[in-house]
Order: sequence, then C-alpha cells, then structure tokens
Amino acid sequence: MRMLRILAGLAVIALIAAGIAVWIIRGPGPLAFAGGPMVALADFRGANPTGVPASLAKASAVERGEYLAAAADCMVCHTKPGEKEYAGGLGFKLPFGTLYSTNITPDKETGIGNYSDQDFLNAVQHGRRRDGAMLYPAMPYTSYTYLTDEDTLAIKAYLFSLPPVRASAPENTLGFPFNQRWAMWFWSTVFSPNTRYMPDTSKSPEWNRGAYLVEALAHCGECHTPRNIAFALDNRKKFAGAITAGWRAFNISSDKATGLGGWSDDDLISYLSIGHAKDRGTASGPMGEAVDHSLSKLAPEDIKAIVVFLRSVPAVASPDLPATTAPAAPASHREGPTADARGKIVFQQACVSCHGWSGASLVSSMATLTGSWAVNDPGATNVAQIVISGTKRHVPEDALSMPAFGASYSDEEIAAVANYVTARFGSKGSKLTARDIAELRKQTAQ
Amino acid sequence: MATTLTINGEAKSFDAPADMPLLWVLRDVLGMTGTKFGCGIAQCGACTVHIDGQPVRSCVLPVGSLSGRSVTTIEGIGATPAGAKVQKAWLDLEVIQCGYCQSGQVMSAAALLAATPNPDDSDIDAAMSGNICRCGTYVRIRAAIKQAASGRQS
Amino acid sequence: MTIDISRRAVLTGGLATGFLLAFHMPLRAGNEPVQPPDVTEGKFAPNAFIRIDPAGNTILIMPQVEMGQGIYTSIAMILAEELDADFSRVSLLAAPANEKLYANPDFGVQATGGSTSVRAFWKPLRTAGASARAMLVQAAAEQWQVEPASCTASNGEVMHQGSGRKLSYGALALAASSQTPPKDVAVKDPKDFVLIGKSLKRLDTPEKVNGKAVYGIDAMLPGMKFATLAQCPVFGGKVGRVDDSAAKKIPGVRQIVVLDDTVAVVGDHMWAAKKGLEALKIDWNEGPNAKIGSAEIWADLRAAIEKDGVVAKSEGDIAKGLATGDKFEASFELPFLAHATMEPLSATVHVKPDSCEIWTGTQIMARVQSEAAKAAGLPVEKVVVNNHLLGGGFGRKLEPDMVVAAVRIAKQVDGPVKVVWTREEDIQHDIYRPVYRDTIAASLSGGKVVGWKYKIAGAAILARWLPPAFQKGIDIDAVDSAVDAPYDIPNFHVEYVRAEPPAVPTGFWRGVGPNNNVFATECFMDELARKAGKDPVEFRRSMLATKPRFLSVLNLAAEKANWGQKLPPRVGQGVCLQPSFASCIATVVEAEVDEHGEIKLRRAVSVVDTGIAVNPDTIMAQIEGGLIFGFTAALYGEITIDKGRVRQSNFNDYRMLRIDQAPKIEVHVVKSGEAPGGIGEAGVTASAPALRNAIYSATGVALRRLPIDRSLLAVGRKA
Repeated sequence: MRMLRILAGLAVIALIAAGIAVWIIRGPGPLAFAGGPMVALADFRGANPTGVPASLAKASAVERGEYLAAAADCMVCHTKPGEKEYAGGLGFKLPFGTLYSTNITPDKETGIGNYSDQDFLNAVQHGRRRDGAMLYPAMPYTSYTYLTDEDTLAIKAYLFSLPPVRASAPENTLGFPFNQRWAMWFWSTVFSPNTRYMPDTSKSPEWNRGAYLVEALAHCGECHTPRNIAFALDNRKKFAGAITAGWRAFNISSDKATGLGGWSDDDLISYLSIGHAKDRGTASGPMGEAVDHSLSKLAPEDIKAIVVFLRSVPAVASPDLPATTAPAAPASHREGPTADARGKIVFQQACVSCHGWSGASLVSSMATLTGSWAVNDPGATNVAQIVISGTKRHVPEDALSMPAFGASYSDEEIAAVANYVTARFGSKGSKLTARDIAELRKQTAQ
Repeated sequence: MATTLTINGEAKSFDAPADMPLLWVLRDVLGMTGTKFGCGIAQCGACTVHIDGQPVRSCVLPVGSLSGRSVTTIEGIGATPAGAKVQKAWLDLEVIQCGYCQSGQVMSAAALLAATPNPDDSDIDAAMSGNICRCGTYVRIRAAIKQAASGRQS
Repeated sequence: MTIDISRRAVLTGGLATGFLLAFHMPLRAGNEPVQPPDVTEGKFAPNAFIRIDPAGNTILIMPQVEMGQGIYTSIAMILAEELDADFSRVSLLAAPANEKLYANPDFGVQATGGSTSVRAFWKPLRTAGASARAMLVQAAAEQWQVEPASCTASNGEVMHQGSGRKLSYGALALAASSQTPPKDVAVKDPKDFVLIGKSLKRLDTPEKVNGKAVYGIDAMLPGMKFATLAQCPVFGGKVGRVDDSAAKKIPGVRQIVVLDDTVAVVGDHMWAAKKGLEALKIDWNEGPNAKIGSAEIWADLRAAIEKDGVVAKSEGDIAKGLATGDKFEASFELPFLAHATMEPLSATVHVKPDSCEIWTGTQIMARVQSEAAKAAGLPVEKVVVNNHLLGGGFGRKLEPDMVVAAVRIAKQVDGPVKVVWTREEDIQHDIYRPVYRDTIAASLSGGKVVGWKYKIAGAAILARWLPPAFQKGIDIDAVDSAVDAPYDIPNFHVEYVRAEPPAVPTGFWRGVGPNNNVFATECFMDELARKAGKDPVEFRRSMLATKPRFLSVLNLAAEKANWGQKLPPRVGQGVCLQPSFASCIATVVEAEVDEHGEIKLRRAVSVVDTGIAVNPDTIMAQIEGGLIFGFTAALYGEITIDKGRVRQSNFNDYRMLRIDQAPKIEVHVVKSGEAPGGIGEAGVTASAPALRNAIYSATGVALRRLPIDRSLLAVGRKA
C-alpha cells in the first residue's frame, strides 16, 4: 500500500516534470510576443486580416485559391525540379532520412483527387492524412493550422482546377524510430497550436494582416526560427535565424546589427517583392524560390503588411554574425586578402566575370556581393551552397541566374573559393574545409 | 523599347526589350558579329565587350541597363592604343587558331593593358582566366600580352 | 614576312558558282550575296586547286576546312611552293561541295579530320602546283620560242635563263590555259623548297583579331529569322504535347516549329527564341532509353570485353610469350566526352520550293549537301552549301546533324532562318567520344616486355561513318596506335571487341582511337617499368633498337625536359611515346600533386618528328593546343548519363582548363626528310598518358581511368 502511494507520488512528480519539460520545450506560440488580447476572427472589429486582397474580393474560389496557394508557397515543396508542378517527389534530406513531398494534383490514385473538403482541412490544418495517419511536420501544418476554413478550401478549389498528374512520390527513407508515424500524434498534440488565426485587438488591421500572411500562409518561421530538440520551432528565439535544408535562413528579427532592424522599409519591400535590395544582397536558394513563386506574387499592400509585422518581432541577436557588413573590396586582385591561393584561382576562373574583384557586379546589381549577408556570414553556408547548387531566379524580368558548380569543382575547391569570397567581401572570412562541403552537399533538398 | 547606345564611338539606335543581353543586340539586331556567343552564362568570355573601358560579358548584360554608357566591341578596339598593341602582338606571335574565342581574348587583354600597362603573370591570370580557349592558345596569349606590354618586336 | 590577303583582290577575283569565300561573307544584314560568277572564267584554271587571272592574282582553292589547325596556310604553302607563286598575291577560296574534285584521298569523302590534311593532300597538291607551273613555263617558252628546260620560275614569274626575259604568271594566264597538262610532272627536291619549312604567317589570322572573320554562326541575310531548338532530352525520345501559350506571348517570338523529336522557336533574334523556348511546356515521350544510366553502360562494356575479340594483329606466339617471365594485367577506362567547340552548333538555311541554300561551318561539305537534300526532299544539285571558317571542329562537325536539324526547321519557315544551338543543347546533344575499356596482359623477362596482349572494347565509329573502311570486324581507328605501338615486343597481340554503348550516339573526337590506345599502352608501360625496377625512359629505350625515329625523339625529349632531375616531393615527371597519325612524338609532363590531390601542371616538353614540316610554327601551335585540349579532358572531361539524358550542360559542369592552369610548354620540331605526318591531334593523345605517368611518379598512385579522380590522390588515400 505504502509502496503504491510512493509509486503514485513518483508518477505525479514525473507527470509534473514531464509537463514542465513539455512547457519548456514547447515554449511560447509564434504570436505570443505581441502580448495583446486575442479574439476569435468573428469578434474582431477591424478589417478582416484573412482572405485575399481587395482586388480579388469578388474573384472565384479558384482565383482566390491561386493567390493563397502562392502565398502559402505550396508549389515549391510539392514539385520536383524539372517535373510537373504540384506532383510531389521533392526529397527533403533530414538527419534521420529523406522525406518526399506528395502529389497534390487532383489525380485520384496518386494525388488528392479523392479528398473531401473535410479531408483537405484535416491535412492542412491538422496534419492528418485521409487515411488517418499523421503527416510529418515537414508539411508546415503547425502554421497552416491558422488558416481559415474558407481560405483553405479556396486553395483546395485551386488545386482541383489543375490537371491531374499521375505520379507517386518515392517511399520515405526514415530510420527507426522516426519511421513510426503514430508517434507524430504525440508530437502534434504537444507542438501544434491547432487553432485558427485569432487577431490581436491591440494591433492595427495591417499588423494583423501581416501576422496572418507571415504565420498562417508564408510560414517564415519554419526556416527562420531555430528548432528545439524536439524539432519544433523555438519561439523564444523567434526569427533569430537557423540552418534549414543546408542553407542559412538569416535573422529576420528586428535586431539592428544582425537582423532587419537596420533595413529601411524600401529595402524590405524590394527584397520581399523581387528578392533583391540594393547593397543588401540577393535572395538565393530556398529564399529565392520563396520570392519567385510566392512573395513576388503578393499584392503591394500585403507586402507592406508583412513589413509592418516583421518590424514588431522582438530583436534577438545572432552572436556569430559580424555587426556590420564589409565595404567594397579593392578593385585590383592584388589588394585584399590573398591567403587562399586556390580560392583565388577558382574565383578568377569562374566568378569574377559576374561579381568583379570589388564585389560590385558590372553585369547586374543582383550579382553584387558588397553588402550581401551571405558573404558576411563567417559560416559561409549560403556562399558554399550557391556555388554548389547555383541559383535560378525568375523575378525580376532581367533576373540573373547563377550556374551550379558543384558537379565539376571538388569539395576542396569549393571550400577554398567560399573562404576566399567571405574573406574578400565579408567582414570575417570563413574557414570551411572539404569535409564541410561534403556535409552541405548531403543536406540540400532534391 | 527604342534604345540608343554609343558603340565604338557611333550612336546606334535600335529596338530591343530591356532584358535582352547586349550580345544579341550586337549580333542579331545590329549585325555586328565579331562579338561571339559561347556559353550564355558568363563562363567562357567569348562575348566580352568594354563598357566604359571595363571588360564585361555581354551575354548576361541586359541592354536596358546601359543607357548613357559607352560600348566598345572587337570591331572598334583596334582604335584604342591598348587594343592596337594587343592585335599586333597576337599576329606577331601567331596566337590564334580557330579564332572563335579570340574576340573575347583580345578584349580582355586590351582592358588589362589599359589598366595595367606592365602586367605580371598574376595580373594576366586575374584578367584572362575567365576566357576559355578550346584550341588551347593560352601559352601564346600569355606571351603576347607580355610582348604587347613591352612593345618588343618579334 | 607579312601577307595581306587583299580583300579587293579576292573580290575582283570573283566567286565561283556555289563558292563562297569564307573570309568575305557580308557582315551586315541587307547585303545578300549575289549569285557569284564562275571563278574559272577568263582565268588559268589548270586543275581543281589553282586559278590565276591576267592581273596575276592567284586564287588557291582549299579542299580542307580551316578550323584552327592552320591548314589554309599549309595548303597554300604546298601549292605555292610547287607553283612558284608570288605568295604575297595568293588569296584563298573555300572549296564547294564536290566529292569528285575535293574528296580527301584518305577517306574518299570530302572531309577534314583524322590529322590527314597534309598527309593525304601532300602529293596531289604538289602535283597540282608543279603541273600548273609546267604549263606556265610551257606557255612562256612557246612565246619566246625557246626550250621549256631553259626557263625557270620563281615568285610568280617565268624567266628565260639565257636572255633574262621575264613574264609574269598573270601575263601568261591565258596562254597557259590552252596548254595540255603534262603527263608526269616532277615535283621539287625538298632542298629546293623556298616556302615549305618556313614558319610563315598564317593567312587566316589577320581577320580573326578584329572581328571581321566570318564563321558559320555569323551568317547574316536580309529578312532572316533566328531560331533555337530543344531536342528530346532522352536520346531517341519524341515530342509529346507542346503547350506554347506562354511562349507565343513573348515579344519577338514569331513561330513555334514542332517536329517529331525537336521543338524550335523562331523569333526576331536569338533572345526571343531562347526565351520562347524556355517558356514552352513540352511533354516528351521519352521512350525506352529513359532507363539507361552510366552504371548500365559501364556494366555492358565490362561484360563486352570478356567476349572474344577479332584479332587485329598478332606476331610471335602470344601464349608462349605471356607464359614467359612475370605476368601482369591491368584494365583502363575512358569516359564519354563532348566536343564543346567554342562556336556552338549552328546553320542558316533558306528553303524555297525548288532549292535550298545553307550557310554553315562543316568538316564534311559534300555529305552535308546530300543529307540536306534528303531532309529538304530536293535533288542534291538544288542544294548549295556555303562553308565558313569553323570555330573549332574537333570531330563534332564531321556529323551533318546540325545542318539536317536546321533544314527540317527551315522547311516550316518562310525565308531564311539561322538555327543556333544553346551551349546546353550543344553539350546534351553531342555525338560523343565513346567509352572505351582496354585490358592489357603483359609479361616481363630480363627487364623487357616479351608478351603483350592488348584487348580493346569500344564503339566502331567507322562502321557507321565510313562503312567501306570497316572490314572483317575491325575498326582501324579503334585499334590505331595499338597495332603499331613503337616497341620491339616479340610476342604481340591486339584484339578488338566492337561494343556499341546503348542509347548514346558516338563519333570522332580530336585524337580519335589513339586517345584510348596511347593512354592504355603508355600508362601500362610505366607500371611495367616499375615492376622491372627500371626508369620509364630507360625501359622504353631498351625496346626501341629498331626504331631510330622514336628513339631519337625520346632521347631529345628526355634531354630537353631534364629527365631524371631531382624534384620536390609530390612532383613527378611522366613520359609518353606515340606513333599516332604517322608522326613520332615524345612528350614529358611535369606535374605537382598537393596534399588534397589537386594537380598543378608545371611543364610540358614535346619533341616532334612529323617528317617534312610544312609550317613549323603551326606544328608547334598544334602540339601546344593539343596538349591543353588533352589536359582538359584528363583532368575534367566526362559526360555521364542519367535516365537516358546527359547530366552536364555548360562550362560550369563540363569544365575547361583555364590560362592560369596552363603549364609552360616547349615544342621541338625535329628536321626530317620523311613524308609529312599528321599533327592536329597528336598533342591531345600525348597529354593524358604523360600527365598520368607524372602523377604516378609523384604519388605512386597508378590511375587507370579518366578523368583523373583527384580524391584518390590526397595524402593518405588509397587508390
């Protein structure tokens, strides 16, 4: 009896400890920083922050869905490069295996052609597949859960307007225990807010629209907020930056030195609209795709709303980033850092034609390295990735793309050129090794 | 879009979309075929022209960005002192084989000499490594640049 | 000396029907070439190669195409030498498509390739020159009423020795026209050569420094349109559905041409065509080749070489030879390669109801004409091919596909259209240097090779390209330099297994068969030298007792390269001796391998005995360039296949050696009275084995596959 009581007591303590642990790990929600009173959407007196911009107010569900699907950036993850849009098959390389995105065209056998409205809502807002199995959170349903039913179903209407594509994604290759889908139920229970968007009445309608766009649709935090040990977003460091899919998503909190605090509204609007801001660098990799396929398609007032919201996110510093970007490098190859002879050789062969010795491109401001965050990162993650994978940009009209050098340059050479570029054009040179490059190659989505 | 550019000292007017690379304006619109297409991604240098004296790959250079700038092509480089020296050295040392890349090589070398009258090997590497020659005339290109710089006769 | 090809002289010299002077295509649109007059009219035209007008202008007709190898100058020198022409007044004309007059004697086809130009045309050109000269002399002698033997010719003039009277070739042109060509004509004794053997300035280069030279891709015609194409990315695949709605909205796009395996966009300029092509949504029917990848291709080839081959050469008793002494065996592999000529593939075509005119740069004039005729559905005589300078050939332009594709597109287009391939299309739809695998078994006894059994597996390109040359199952190109390895080996046996790779089209690539055979032979020689405990040069010398030309180039190369000098750690010298293209060449490469396996080329020395050297400077240039071309392939060249398509696309992933990696190169041309050998490809075949052997010496790693896998060379890694 006494033994039982002790055991019961221990169990209670364990539960409380677990609860505290969960609370600590789970941390605050993505909008907790705002702190104002939240109300159900129906009770909000300001302009409706959900839905589509005024220009599309009278549009059909399919047209509204097209805008919202772009805002939610569904296509990029659900398309394998070179294959049919929305037909899935893109592989996400995770530390514990590869996950493949699914076919979300209305094909009845291999796509979502048999999904009812409720099935679709379950998948997008709750991460539950039609057969009841839980989705892995690579599908950002912890963000999409904030979407209204109406917006979610508009997206469905759009997807169902597309031609069905017969294409089955490869099987995931997750190892144990990550291949146990049922365990995702627990994860979801703890980490998914599982609630629709609730406006903050202390904030402006514009801020609320921005919050809806950023949190429910664009799911910026999925890349820009660091994750905790349970692979959930750690909103104590909201938007402080993280490495995702082998690329560095930079600090987009309002920190002056290492976040967006020092950027003007025009800088932000330009970067979000065309993936480039003068003297700030150019979006590449996953952010380039986000701009090309999602952000560039948003209405100007929506971009502005995003800027208003981003400005309100508390500053969190990135201690590993230099406080300032570097000025232009010397115009002559003779001056400036010369430590890495091999890096210089690669640079003069393959890079200088577009980027110039000074970092100011003679070809396109999009290729200017001066002021770019990528070259100012002493980790050189994105510099190395761009060299390996190149970057294909579609916006603006005269966007310059960069070819991929990964196939013909060795790990040694790519490390060397990344170190040369960060030393020449950034505040603090990187010290990548061939081994680092081999690691980075493994992480990019394919 | 109607555009006017100064090319080899002459004003040229033409109609072309703003995102069209200068290379195709020169070749296909103006019929100035000395500037060559090699890769289209600024990796081979065959399309090199000078914009205000700087060597630039015209295959990735949107013509819309060039208003008010002065363009020099292979057809006009012989009128510059550096260009004339380079052309002479190229012939003196018989650098050229198929010649297809040489418009770009001459343009890069002329820009190098204009900026650095006495280049050493590292200057030549820095200025010329972006220009591919498939025939493999590199050894003579290096020698010819040095000869052009020194004014030595063969 | 400098030679000015006077533009005026050429233009007033006239252009023959179907002839188009490569150098003088109009540069500007709106300047359509008029149907040119007959070049023989009013001129002394003794044979297919020489025209002299009454003003003394001498037009030499080039049966071979100029793609950088300097052949226009060499041919002109040979003709002018025997003609005793005034070399400052010669101008050059590209030959029209005419297999009867201008076929390459080595092939029976009007083709430039295989390092054959000087070798094959040496006698016909000398005879043509000498014969024309004899007719001019005859004409003068008749006029002066003297014996022809009492007249001499030089520098474009005939002189009567006794009287000192002179007549210029121009003045004699008409009279010479009525002379009968002599039956047997003596050519000069080489000691009397005044042009051959001198490093004369090239005739094609002055217009290549100033942008005036006109390549095939530069053809401009009034009202022309510009097109670019996409062929099914999977070899052999077909076009399925094409959605051109977005492409049609692009400004400047005029027309979408859909063929069974190709889609082209026609526009006002290349930019519109290129953007239009990118905007097309094309569903391809990929076909069965979509399953093929490099792994399957290599597995096929490795299985093929296990089959019995056809014996290409067998001397002594190979079974007995291999049973003597110590036996060693090794296999070598070479990858697919793209040509990547700097000038991407292109052709301008104007198809009319009853004719077709083509402007391009090809290595095969007549074949282009006949293939174009087939594609256009016209009789061959209705097709006019205007050839131009080639921005590199390397064997790629021995294929008519770029012209055929353009004709098929042009059939759908009203007016002339220039079809230019993007670099990506050029690399992904090449006709590739085939993969090869070779196995060599050899035995060593007394420090020498006593048995040598060499088996080659690879495509038989000749069987497709020149079927009559493919006899008894042996592709003489695929075994070239294997059957005539220079070494004295008593028991010597070469076998060939024809192995055509699935899906991937294969063709000639600069260096052709010898690329493979010199590589395997020379690499294995170094391994055997090491087994025998001998220095690689010494080892080779010991097997050259009956080959004085080879021995002397090897000795001179060793001397010039300071062979055997003490070198820093991880720096090595490697040697290659080769019989390819009827030239004897020894090459020493010095290379450094850093701790990560990255390679620095320090120096290359080649000693060349190519017989009579027509233009020594051109020979040096060809070896210099050939070495660079070969180093590029050895270090980086590989085309790989995934799902039936080529993975590489442009210079970012099909990498080229750059000027900052080029070694110092010295070429020594040995004086020789032998008949001229081939030189355009010889540097290429020398480079990879010499480099590989230098790396072997520097690191001890015996690489047996190209391109060089640098990761095997890092300190602490095992091959």
